Amino acid sequence: MDSVFHQEPFRGDYYTRRFEPGPDDSTLILNMGPQHPSTHGVLRVVVELEGEYILRAEPVLGYLHRMHEKMGETRSYLQYMPNMGRVDYLHPLAWNHAYVCAVEKLGNIEVPRRAEFIRVITSELNRISSHLLWWGAYLLDLGAFTPIMYAFEERERIQDLLQEPTGSRLTYSFFRPGGVAADLSPEFLQGVREFIPYMRSRLPMYKDLVTDNIILRYRCEEVGELPLDMARRYGASGPVLRASGMAYDVRRAEPYSVYPELEFATPVSQRTDAMGRYKVRLAEIEESLKILEQAVEMIPEGEILVKGAPKPRWKAPAGEVYQAVEGARGKIGVHILSAGSAQPYRIKLRAPGFSNLSLFAELAKGTLLSDAVSILGSLDLVIPEIDR
Amino acid sequence: MQAIRRKLKDITNLWSMVKGLKVTGGQFLKPQVTVHYPRQEVANLASFRGPLQLVAKPKDPAKPKCIACLMCVSVCPSGCLTVLKAKPPKPTPEEEAAARAALEAGEKPAKKPAPKEPSRFIYDYSLCSLCGLCAENCPVGSLSYSENIYLTATDAKAFKLDLLADLRARAGAAPPAGEE
Repeated sequence: MDSVFHQEPFRGDYYTRRFEPGPDDSTLILNMGPQHPSTHGVLRVVVELEGEYILRAEPVLGYLHRMHEKMGETRSYLQYMPNMGRVDYLHPLAWNHAYVCAVEKLGNIEVPRRAEFIRVITSELNRISSHLLWWGAYLLDLGAFTPIMYAFEERERIQDLLQEPTGSRLTYSFFRPGGVAADLSPEFLQGVREFIPYMRSRLPMYKDLVTDNIILRYRCEEVGELPLDMARRYGASGPVLRASGMAYDVRRAEPYSVYPELEFATPVSQRTDAMGRYKVRLAEIEESLKILEQAVEMIPEGEILVKGAPKPRWKAPAGEVYQAVEGARGKIGVHILSAGSAQPYRIKLRAPGFSNLSLFAELAKGTLLSDAVSILGSLDLVIPEIDR
Repeated sequence: MQAIRRKLKDITNLWSMVKGLKVTGGQFLKPQVTVHYPRQEVANLASFRGPLQLVAKPKDPAKPKCIACLMCVSVCPSGCLTVLKAKPPKPTPEEEAAARAALEAGEKPAKKPAPKEPSRFIYDYSLCSLCGLCAENCPVGSLSYSENIYLTATDAKAFKLDLLADLRARAGAAPPAGEE
């Protein structure tokens, strides 16, 4: 213990040393994470506890920082595609979509209609699988083990479907500026047609097993109430914002791809608590199924990659573009600044989870430690996306 | 009245858990969905990407279609491919003499062009993210995914794959003269 590293300037890390204990001696400062199972990856929350109650909570980020933005500056426009599959590994196709849409805007590239439908179908399937994993993992946080087994049964089916065109099961890098990498086979479309009624038949079971369950309701209802003005103050988006009562969906607010032609509702809840967020996400699965149902029938024949799509050494015209898409967690934004060379000058990625996490500090104040776990889970955080 | 209402609420609350138990109980009667690897295998392995392999010329299964244009090397985001171009063949004594004569006469000696094929094709699978850009952008379609998806090793060096040797092994051909 006499080692210099146990003495004052070296004790603990930056955050431990800067986290001032409160005026009261009876409080306890505790690290939740970075290896806590309920933090979904490597989020660390430094909390100050008075008994079981949280006085202060501070999220500490950066344990999964991989320099995705900087890597964009050293890679050509095509070479950056695999990165987009790895920013948010639960809904990578939305990131694919945001990036290719931004590059298409920059290069003024047209996308064949079939490719647009392929993008919508695959990305909605991916949204369902992302919500399913959130559903399972959230209940796992709350102490229910079985639901994740049911969720993975459906998720496996989606992954089996998506594996065929994309060639992978998690980190998809499937879209290309000007189209997509591979065509959908009739078997894939048939598989989606069969999946839709199957998934619908499972949703009542989810309700019986979990949503109505009194234990879950006590853990979610009136926990983590997020008023709309606070959600807007922190820039929350996606289901977190919609559960606070605002019907904001990028697919409707700033339409892209073929979403304007498809009919779907934006589920909103006025509950503002964790239960509201839970219900909005389950309702979104149903809406995604509706989109799939229409898109599978509407998909036209034709090209999947436009003639003159960017080649590996393609040079983008100089300019600046921003494209936002709706991911499973909220508004995904890709901002590209091009100086006219083969590599972007700067890429900025807006991760919805970052804004959604930042409101946690205020939301968790005064709650029980176990409720904070419920709140953290209900925000649906993917830490790799937040750290980027 | 209040007491009765509370009791009723308790009963509905308990009933919600009975309903949940019914779902779980029903699952016991259904067949298992887990695939027990390695006793069983899933059916859709064909679309799963294994490490890269070279595609052979239709007429010569031991030679790749590759023209050593190095497109795959430049497009790979992880830098996992190393391709060496083949050197021009050694001139025969007669050709050497002819070249010397041409040089003395003040002309440029005619050089033999290098064959458009790779002499080495090294692929570091430990760096590869299987994004498929190389296979997509190859102008002659000389790269594809193998179905060898169970490739594992405890040594990182084992993932440095010599794709030319792999192609020859698949074709059942002997290594070229001068190697091994």
